[in-house]
Amino acid sequence: MNFQEIIMNLQYYWGQQGCIIQQPYDLEKGAGTMNPATFLRCLGPEPWNVAYVEPSRRPTDGRYGENPNRLQHYYQYQVILKPSPDNVIELYLESLKRLGIEPARHDIRLVEDNWESPTLGAWGLGWEIWLDGMEITQFTYFQQCGGFDCYPVSAEITYGLERIAMYIQNKESVFDVEWVDGISYADVHHQAEVDYSQYNFTAADVPTLTTMVNLCEEEARRIADLKLPQPAYDYVLKCSHLFNLLAARGAISVTERTGYIGRVRNLARTVAREYLEQRERMGYPLIKDESSRAELLETKEVQG
Amino acid sequence: MSQDMLLEIGVEEIPSALMPGALDDLKAIAAQRLQQSRLEFSEIITLGTPRRLVLHVKGLEEKQKDTVIENRGPKKASAFNQDGTPSKAALGFARGQGMEVSDLDIRDVAGVEYIYAVKKESGGHTVAMLPGLLTEIIQALNFPRSMRWGYFQTRFARPIRWLLAFYGGQLLSLRIENIESAGWTMGHRFLASGPLQVTSIDEYYDCLRNNYVIVDPRQRREMIWSQVREVAARVGGTAMENEDLLTEVSFLVEYPTAFYGEFSISYLDVPTEVLTTSMISHQRYFPVFDADHKLMAGFVGVRNGTDYCLDLVRAGNERVLKARLEDALFFWKEDTSKRLADFVPGLRDVLFHEKLGSILDKVECLRSLAVLIGANLNLSNKVDLDRAALLCKADLLSSVVYEFPELQGIIGRYYARQGGENSEVAEAIMEHYRPRFAGDSLPASETGVVLALAEKLFNLTAFFAMGIKPSGSQDPYALRRQALGVVHIIIDLNLRAFLRVLITETHVVMSRSGFQLQLDAGETAAELMDFILQRMRGVMLDRDYSYDLIDAVLYQGQDDLQQIVNRAEAVKQFRESQAWEDFLVVFNRSYNLSKKWDSTEVQAEFLVDESEKNLYALVNHIKPKAETAFQEHRYNEGLAMLAGLRPAVDKFFEAVMVMVEDQDLRGARLGLLKSIAETGNYVADFTRILQ
Repeated sequence: MNFQEIIMNLQYYWGQQGCIIQQPYDLEKGAGTMNPATFLRCLGPEPWNVAYVEPSRRPTDGRYGENPNRLQHYYQYQVILKPSPDNVIELYLESLKRLGIEPARHDIRLVEDNWESPTLGAWGLGWEIWLDGMEITQFTYFQQCGGFDCYPVSAEITYGLERIAMYIQNKESVFDVEWVDGISYADVHHQAEVDYSQYNFTAADVPTLTTMVNLCEEEARRIADLKLPQPAYDYVLKCSHLFNLLAARGAISVTERTGYIGRVRNLARTVAREYLEQRERMGYPLIKDESSRAELLETKEVQG
Repeated sequence: MSQDMLLEIGVEEIPSALMPGALDDLKAIAAQRLQQSRLEFSEIITLGTPRRLVLHVKGLEEKQKDTVIENRGPKKASAFNQDGTPSKAALGFARGQGMEVSDLDIRDVAGVEYIYAVKKESGGHTVAMLPGLLTEIIQALNFPRSMRWGYFQTRFARPIRWLLAFYGGQLLSLRIENIESAGWTMGHRFLASGPLQVTSIDEYYDCLRNNYVIVDPRQRREMIWSQVREVAARVGGTAMENEDLLTEVSFLVEYPTAFYGEFSISYLDVPTEVLTTSMISHQRYFPVFDADHKLMAGFVGVRNGTDYCLDLVRAGNERVLKARLEDALFFWKEDTSKRLADFVPGLRDVLFHEKLGSILDKVECLRSLAVLIGANLNLSNKVDLDRAALLCKADLLSSVVYEFPELQGIIGRYYARQGGENSEVAEAIMEHYRPRFAGDSLPASETGVVLALAEKLFNLTAFFAMGIKPSGSQDPYALRRQALGVVHIIIDLNLRAFLRVLITETHVVMSRSGFQLQLDAGETAAELMDFILQRMRGVMLDRDYSYDLIDAVLYQGQDDLQQIVNRAEAVKQFRESQAWEDFLVVFNRSYNLSKKWDSTEVQAEFLVDESEKNLYALVNHIKPKAETAFQEHRYNEGLAMLAGLRPAVDKFFEAVMVMVEDQDLRGARLGLLKSIAETGNYVADFTRILQ
């Protein structure tokens, strides 16, 4: 199974399960969780089932294309099931079968892994899922997002696509993964890995990036005050990526990091609050089943 | 009649770290709730795997115990009218109790008669009570980290997915959120299919066994360890014994099968600790050592399942470990391409504490402090101490320690050796964190001993001087552990350390290095000494010194912890000796009369009686000798000399009365007694010793 078939199989499977198949968000981000289809949609009472591929960037993980397992740009496959269904793990295991991974032939484990993002004011409990000792998926039940309790709780399933492909195709290096007949992962991404590593670690201009971070932060705050949650969130994402670049460049001291995390968390919280208020004003249009509406909103009242 | 009760809580995989505690709690909560409900049982056991918590109550009585309820009503005097008919009060009370007045009793309570409602309550049927009780037990389970799921508000370690409960052969019906207990359980996640019907407790256990679930954690643990040893032995090796790892693995699998995997010997160039840490903490493998205790290029993994397709599992695990070790090798090479000292300037950017600056600030201070403490204790030398202090935190910026924080110090030692530092410096870098936990080994090199003390005294002084002290269970900077470390280093290594002086000097060095401390040196030393002596007290209790003895020695000449132990030991021995009784007489008689007198001065010209002149002469002769003995730490000898005063003291009390009218004479006599009583203070406060 080549790389794109893996993606297509997952798209098809989760589409069949009733997920909206969305497309990647068009801004740089560290993980699929930061996509508004996760970060914002996990908030509030409305049901939401979605799946999408998310290109993710972690500037410090760049290895100039020399390490067979590390990339500064890679792909996640992200699934959100809100509320988390009772058979969520069975649904996930079934998806592995669709990728040709027969659980009985392997050793599949759910090993505790609790997730926390201080910058997003978000945390959840869950597992990393091991396939014969290799982590192939992160599984999280979101408990809080943007500092707000999640109700109902979403299950987040994040597949590490490259790792799964390496396993399925029995490759020692991510760059040898076959993307489609005769075209390898290296053909598609290797030179960019080399170039970005150089940019992230040495070429990025610190004063320019610092100016950009400050501008984006200012803009995020300004737009949040205008009650435009998603545009404001875009600037939070930009801030976050620029900051990661500065960190890779070695230009961030510890004190600066702590201060920065606090500021972004506040912004994320503001955005989350604006989003929640907006959905409430709209009357929660995603609650299509009127009988559950009463029940969901009642709980909300209690939580006050 | 009694029957067994069984509850299975089916869950999604509970974190292995939470399982031992959860099983203990389940047992304790069940016992408590059953007792509260007056349900008698013979034994409770709890069992479990990642996917289930099982409560098995053996010999649970079918009926709740009968009980007698006694409620006191009004006084008899106001319960009956003059004609002997019941008063309104009595009628009201009886109605409230649901009884007739004629059924009420009269009882005497401390001489006053009251009417009483005495009701026998016959016990309910266990089977009827259990559903409510079990629901309460499940809800009472608390986890260090718990979560909600779906639309529900219940919190548990992970979502509850099924419930099963039996009392004898009868299914019990209970409900948590949307889960209703039904007559089925689940087998192994991948080796059994679908819900499995069971109709009795015996059948439940059979069913699990037949469906690849070893539900007893002890049995699983034994299976794992014997398999692991066997697999290691097959390649001529010995698996590392690691209790924590074994426990963790036993709560990661329902049905264990151990297998051997290999890696390239080229990775053996990386320090053993790095490889074993990677195997254990990342992959939960058991490292394997050869007959010479050298790490072999292999590992034992434990699969959750049978040996079906085991080669596939092995190959997958080998490949994962290879990637891990490749990383480790990369980090090792990257780190060792620099010298350890090259990392030091970067410590400027690592925060020690927001109020106390960077690690580099700390390192600069440790350099002066280590040299000072070394000179004070007459250990190591200035050059090594300064060098070791400079380098001791450098490995925090290495890639290996970034990946494996628990290897701090150990990695620093490797890099120091590789970079040609001498062995004193290299050992001190590793040893300065010791002891890291209760029972950990102490630093062995002289430089290590000094640096370990400097590290701990720096941290303790810094936080105490900023008003940051542990309170209750809150001790985020592990100051209790560090104070305990100071105690052990000093008393177990027989160091002569004047602790109060060292704390004061630490404070001075810190202030001189530019730290802005809130409390002054005196206040800091007072609070910190008290804190350290509390730890000292605990250590002495552990070593079987009695409370009174510890209190007697702890606050006398408290600077020198080593001598606190020695004095306690001396007094303990002296208590067993013949002279003890004499000593007590001497001490008690002189102390009791003179305790309110505040001078040891004796104006000898006022003494009149032969006995007191004798005593005075004897004290003048003995006291300096005893004091010298104490100063030279010959405590028993000194105490024996004081005991030797007994005949003279007895004669003195036979011959004279101390509290005479003549103020000068009384003063001289009290001074004499005070001077005797105080001599022993150097050793212990004998008033605290229970006689």
